[in-house]
Amino acid sequence: MARIGVKKTYKLFINGEFPRTESGRSYPVVGKGGVLLANACRGSRKDLRNAVQAARKAVAAWSGKTAYNRGQILYRIAEVCESRAGELAEELRRQGSSAADARKEIERVIDRWLYYAGWSDKYPQVFGSVNPVAGPYYNFTVPEPTGVAGIIAPEEPALLGLVSRIAPAIVGGNTVVAVTSESRPLAAITLGEVFETSDVPAGVVNLISGLKSELVPWLAAHMDVNAIDATGVTPDKLADVQKAAAENVKRYVHFDGDEIGWTDDRLSQSPYAIFEFQEMKTVWHPMGM
Amino acid sequence: MLWEYSPSPEATDHVRIASRYNLFIGGKFVEPHSKKWFETINPATEATLAEMAEADAEDVDRAVREARRAYEKVWKKFAPSERAKYIFRIARLIQEKSRALAVVETMNGGKPIKESRDIDIPLAAAHFFYYAGWADKLEYAFPNRNVSSIGVAGQIIPWNFPLLMAAWKIAPALAAGNTVVLKPAETTPLTSMMLAEIMMEADLPPGVVNIITGAGATGAALVSHEDVDKIAFTGSTEVGKKIQRALSGTDTKLTLELGGKAPNIVFEDAPIDQAVEGIINGIYFNQGHVCCAGSRLFVQESIIEPVIRKLRERISTLRVGNPLDKNTDVGAINSRAQLEKIQELVDSGVEEGAEMFQSSCSLPAKGFWFAPTFFTGVSQSNRIAQEEIFGPVLSVLTFRTPEEAIEKANNTPYGLSAGVWTEKGSRILKMAQKLRAGVIWANTYNKFDPASPFGGYKESGFGREGGLHGLAPYVKLS
Repeated sequence: MARIGVKKTYKLFINGEFPRTESGRSYPVVGKGGVLLANACRGSRKDLRNAVQAARKAVAAWSGKTAYNRGQILYRIAEVCESRAGELAEELRRQGSSAADARKEIERVIDRWLYYAGWSDKYPQVFGSVNPVAGPYYNFTVPEPTGVAGIIAPEEPALLGLVSRIAPAIVGGNTVVAVTSESRPLAAITLGEVFETSDVPAGVVNLISGLKSELVPWLAAHMDVNAIDATGVTPDKLADVQKAAAENVKRYVHFDGDEIGWTDDRLSQSPYAIFEFQEMKTVWHPMGM
Repeated sequence: MLWEYSPSPEATDHVRIASRYNLFIGGKFVEPHSKKWFETINPATEATLAEMAEADAEDVDRAVREARRAYEKVWKKFAPSERAKYIFRIARLIQEKSRALAVVETMNGGKPIKESRDIDIPLAAAHFFYYAGWADKLEYAFPNRNVSSIGVAGQIIPWNFPLLMAAWKIAPALAAGNTVVLKPAETTPLTSMMLAEIMMEADLPPGVVNIITGAGATGAALVSHEDVDKIAFTGSTEVGKKIQRALSGTDTKLTLELGGKAPNIVFEDAPIDQAVEGIINGIYFNQGHVCCAGSRLFVQESIIEPVIRKLRERISTLRVGNPLDKNTDVGAINSRAQLEKIQELVDSGVEEGAEMFQSSCSLPAKGFWFAPTFFTGVSQSNRIAQEEIFGPVLSVLTFRTPEEAIEKANNTPYGLSAGVWTEKGSRILKMAQKLRAGVIWANTYNKFDPASPFGGYKESGFGREGGLHGLAPYVKLS
């Protein structure tokens, strides 16, 4: 008799752990020909709240790490993605990509982690400055992380889109609560396992699957989220997200993947994507004897 | 004790203020479509200075259309180095007319002449001079990107630093190749009108800068105008949120410079006399009408007694009165409405049980005045420790450890600025890192410079003004 395989339960990724959703509900993820691939967690407001709490708690330690250290952790993510490339590609394929496209997407995902890993100890030199003020003062400006970023991943490319938005946020010391692709969440959830085994501290990245119509309004309005990346929000809902973001003057970020494309390496990955999740701090001190 | 000084009033006879100002649209002054004018006064005397046009939606539309025409047909096509020359000219003209500008600024806004003369006006000129130089160097500010202008910028500025805020807004916008519709605050429009005259004298092409006066409704019409590509607002957090909401669903770029409730933290090893001067400058500069004012003083417990004693002595020597007098330290409150707001919050402080100390200085009979005030025994939850007062009122709190100071200092939705006083260098750097604010003044306070980026964290807004970073809100990168 043929061996029966052990099927994976796709869960959430919150605070470095893999809980099932508090809602106790799931939604079907279907592949080609309407085949049921999995029952993904239908994340709830409570899950989001837990994720934001975990993300907030993680900010101090993550942003306090040395840039070199954060760079090495992102590099480690690339390594683990490389070693699990087959599994991630297979998930993309089951979700509807051709084998060749799935392979290409994974390669790009790995390279994108590597790209941002290398920026960790360089973007502050690109965006920081020493300012020649007209007086006896030493004056400099440094970028600092905004804090907790809410990120809505695009539906497609499900994994590359998510990684392209998370990587610039976390390399800059932010922590993230991300809502994954609703229709293709599988590889995104597996990415949580990559984080868990890459020395990414608990809470730095939190991944919530579910219905965007339920999750996005809450994430956009959450008073302890500092920035909202609405890349994966459909155009008809962008105004609602922006309106909710105004409640606590959130930084609003949006990458137009449909227009620019996710494979233009000059525009879909750049230090300017890091800059969008940074605050500029200027420090003055008198000079004297 | 307070030494008697003889009166030393700045002359006003060289200043010409028209009885009525129209809207500056398309390079000339035009009557408002609204056919309405409102009075602008001197808050120190309540005397009327001039009548200002009230721009309605039609007027706003006219200004935006002129700005659009000037952008497409003229300004965008200029070589950047030629744009720079106009901006340099504006800087020079401000310097040439600096005294008249300072006097009008003081008459219209109530701030001491020594501040408008030595800070507001020179900094405004410096700001234009600084950004003029950027106009043909933008590609050096944004590596590996093509830089282009955005289009028409709508800019709304507050009444606390009228000409300086106009400079902060207009200079980077022009340098990056945009055209402007600027709305000054309704209580302090006069130096903006003088700036309009300077634009004419500089031969700036008509429509590149348009200046329209009015109150909140005028600003709202500018924000909601469909042909404005970028809004820059400086003002209250409450209005900032409204603007952010109003722009939801549009592609209009936005920067906000909003309120603050800045901590000014004094450690026991700080040079106390210098720190006290910094505290005074932090909160009583410009009558406390400063978004980055050091309005929450945190003193390490071990030195609370001498600090309070010195503070009490020092505020008693502040000269409050005629803003045009060159010896005046604290001038008039900007408006009756602002005075009422300050009074209401101060009353709440007394009601909530904080102990008030007020300078016993005499106040003029006419005009809007508030004696320099501080509260001790303030707790974190008191309204005077949480809400922006925007007046000469300081709340004093204490702390024991640096960690406690950081915790308390960051415990507000705001994050514009912060002050730290200590002799220990490593502590300065750590505090500067831990305080969630856009500007940190260490062993100094309320310093500004065109080369130095300014702007907030959290609900104090987003975007920076000043420095290389101040260009970013006015460019498109591709």
